[in-house]
Amino acid sequence: MIELRDLQVRFAGTDAVRGFTVDVAADEWVMLIGPNGAGKTSVLRALCGLIPFGGDASVDGRDVRTLKRRELARLIAFVPQSPVMPPELTVAEYTLLGRTPHLGHLAVEGRRDRQAVARALERLDLLPFAERGLGSLSGGELQRVVLARALAQDAPILLLDEPTTSLDLGRQQQVLELIDALRAEGLTVLSTMHDLTLAGQYADRLVLLDRGAAVAEGVPREVLSTANLSAYYGADVRVVHDDDGVYVLPQRR
Amino acid sequence: MAALEAEAAVRARGVSRPWRLLAGAFLVGALLVGLGVGPVGIGAGAIAESALAHVPFLHVHNPLSRLDDAVLWQIRAPRVVLAAIVGGMLAVAGSSYQGVFHNPLADPYLLGVAAGSGLGATLAIAYGHVGRTGWLLPLASFVGGLAAVAGTYVLGRSAGTARAAASLVLAGVTVTLFLTAVQTFVQQQHSNTLRDVYSWILGGFSTASWGQVAVAAPYVAVSSVAIVLHRRLLDVLSVGDEEASSLGVDVPRLRLLLVIAATAGTAAAVAMSGLIAFVGIIVPHTIRLLVSTSYRAVVPLSLVVGAGFLVLADVLARTVISPAELPIGVVTAFFGAPFFAIVLRTSR
Repeated sequence: MIELRDLQVRFAGTDAVRGFTVDVAADEWVMLIGPNGAGKTSVLRALCGLIPFGGDASVDGRDVRTLKRRELARLIAFVPQSPVMPPELTVAEYTLLGRTPHLGHLAVEGRRDRQAVARALERLDLLPFAERGLGSLSGGELQRVVLARALAQDAPILLLDEPTTSLDLGRQQQVLELIDALRAEGLTVLSTMHDLTLAGQYADRLVLLDRGAAVAEGVPREVLSTANLSAYYGADVRVVHDDDGVYVLPQRR
Repeated sequence: MAALEAEAAVRARGVSRPWRLLAGAFLVGALLVGLGVGPVGIGAGAIAESALAHVPFLHVHNPLSRLDDAVLWQIRAPRVVLAAIVGGMLAVAGSSYQGVFHNPLADPYLLGVAAGSGLGATLAIAYGHVGRTGWLLPLASFVGGLAAVAGTYVLGRSAGTARAAASLVLAGVTVTLFLTAVQTFVQQQHSNTLRDVYSWILGGFSTASWGQVAVAAPYVAVSSVAIVLHRRLLDVLSVGDEEASSLGVDVPRLRLLLVIAATAGTAAAVAMSGLIAFVGIIVPHTIRLLVSTSYRAVVPLSLVVGAGFLVLADVLARTVISPAELPIGVVTAFFGAPFFAIVLRTSR
């Protein structure tokens, strides 16, 4: 579904991404992990055409560079780490923005768009909030609203940049469970992730980035090794495996 | 059934019916006040009957004397209509600049557009021998306005994005001061041909004619319709350039289009009425406070309320120290500057 080949991103003279390659299959959830500044966010931003890049990026077999903005937005829904959420917009109005790629330049939303938004809000238990202002919602509710906007976009691919930062433990789990459940409806997910234990629990596959390049790739129990985490994070950790997954526990030096 | 209910909960607040009626009533009321108030007072009924009397084949008796009729239709009516056109345009242009620059303080005057348009028009009069009601005047004005807003934007961006709202306005003030200096230089150099330019630059409708209305109207109509049609996309821009892009919007193209539309309309308005500040701030922000912050409400209501607002401001300008007249820019600044202070305090 997503193919990145030898991706290069340069920022103000430094290489943020250097020759990054990954394939994400349909309905798969791949997470990018790595220390701060490893280039995880740059990979996502390049893929949705927000920053110039070298190498090849294609989605559903189509070169990202040859797609128009609108076409790309119908294939990829992007949720940035700190989305701008104008406090005075209502939940319904904000979610309707997700319909933009399906609307003509000067068109206004029609019945189908309202239905798509109603479905997205219902899916995320947000219908009772439809007419509430974003300013009156909590962090966890806001995160759900952003996801609702992305769902309303009706794109087969969802890119999430740190979807759980600023959420408490319970909300983190809720959001990740929700995303996992959405995949059952045919959604391919590529996300970045700070929390390694949660990454180990939810990802099908992990890609560890360091200084702009992939240094390890595979299922969580392969990638999340004490050796990898010590080498690339400079962290002392204990990694515990059980039937349900992998747990990364920081240890005091 | 549940699906239908869910769908009903999903709506974008546009302009609700009561607000639509209220805004319409405000404009009609302002027009009647504008037409009726003056050295010769004319009632609303008489205005309506006289208007009908001018419609052929209706055979309505005109209640006004020949002189009063001329005062009403040849002096006051073009003045009131021109004020309405200019007011609506400046307000809708202000709302558009606020949206594309993500800046609550943007206003045609503060961005330097008005000064650039004024200078463009002055140069055309001074060197191009274009008349005050010439068709070319708005064009010269447009070129000046566009150059000014481009200068302001580039200067504001180069000054840093930390206090983006403030730096854009400071850049606008800088551009305005520079252009005003050039303006004054050209004026002094051509003091004989530009005698009336000074009073025009202060802003006013005292020389309004149907000819001016005819020159300004097409520009204003095209610009304001273009901006009103983009009201939904202005809402999309409110999530920032990057997210708007990821939603499929070609942000640079949209910004260029809206800036050109707002500047063309502002230029035509400035060419006819001089520099009038703060309409583009007072009107959209009042609507944000009272109705909704969505551009779906702010843009269309700004057009209607802005028109009524400037007609009333013009009534004040010509009656407060009657028989003398105040420049209308003085009236709008008198109300606008304190209002601007409030917006400045509430916007972070």
